[in-house]
Amino acid sequence: MTGLLVLSLAALAAVGFGLYRRHVDGRFVAHADAAPTAWDHVAAASTGAVPGDRATLVQFSSAFCAPCRTARVVLADVADQEDGVHHVEIDAEKHLDLVRALDVRRTPTTLVLDAAGHEVLRAAGAPQKQQVLAALAHAEGGSR
Amino acid sequence: MSGIDPRGPRFTASVTAVLLAVTLLLPDPAATALIAVQGVFFAMGVVLGVQNTPTGLVFRSLVRPRLSPPAALEDPAPPRFAQAVGLAFALVALVCYLTGAVLAAQVAVGLALVAALLNAVFGLCLGCELYLVGLRAAGRA
Repeated sequence: MTGLLVLSLAALAAVGFGLYRRHVDGRFVAHADAAPTAWDHVAAASTGAVPGDRATLVQFSSAFCAPCRTARVVLADVADQEDGVHHVEIDAEKHLDLVRALDVRRTPTTLVLDAAGHEVLRAAGAPQKQQVLAALAHAEGGSR
Repeated sequence: MSGIDPRGPRFTASVTAVLLAVTLLLPDPAATALIAVQGVFFAMGVVLGVQNTPTGLVFRSLVRPRLSPPAALEDPAPPRFAQAVGLAFALVALVCYLTGAVLAAQVAVGLALVAALLNAVFGLCLGCELYLVGLRAAGRA
């Protein structure tokens, strides 16, 4: 009976993908850029955004994205608490060229830029506060 | 900012997953009828909003009073968009069942089932993620 087979495959696929996503969501991985820096791209696309003196958390969001809200709260909280760290949120739908230039595939995606505007780390999926703080420490350690 | 209890759409997704799973196990005429019913539920979610579907009303009147208050409210736009994606799959499945392409119909139901299970079990909205992928691809053409 093919219905039972399709049902089993669908259940397996859902559990497999769900566990995979749970594993990778919010995890920062190294992601180096060259010239122009990630901030150069952001500055060219989004007017008025100000980079942090120490680091900049660039978040890509879209309208149909529940975890973007979670990410916004976490990143804004970290930017509030840490001197010299700014949170910049970019509407992916309005900046598709930037999305392609920086190869953003999902929302939320968070880029951690160092003081010079170079991308050091990025995470797809909403990160937890501890993950952001660890990423900032790593970004600063790596750029000095 | 106003919003909805995020457990509402997950409750709806759970009911959707059960209906879609049962659809796959029923004989073709019954499966055709059930996917049509599910299609109507999806359409109600798109047109009326996810709070005003039958499962949304059941959640509000019977389930939510028994739960603790939600930790945070959620924007209703993402689950509503996901209902539209579900509707598209349900329509494809319905047309395939009606034209006798049962395997194609079951694959369409299976794909919708994957999305419903991901939402119900993991709180992950697959249709929402396809939105940006679609925009990226569309803009390039």
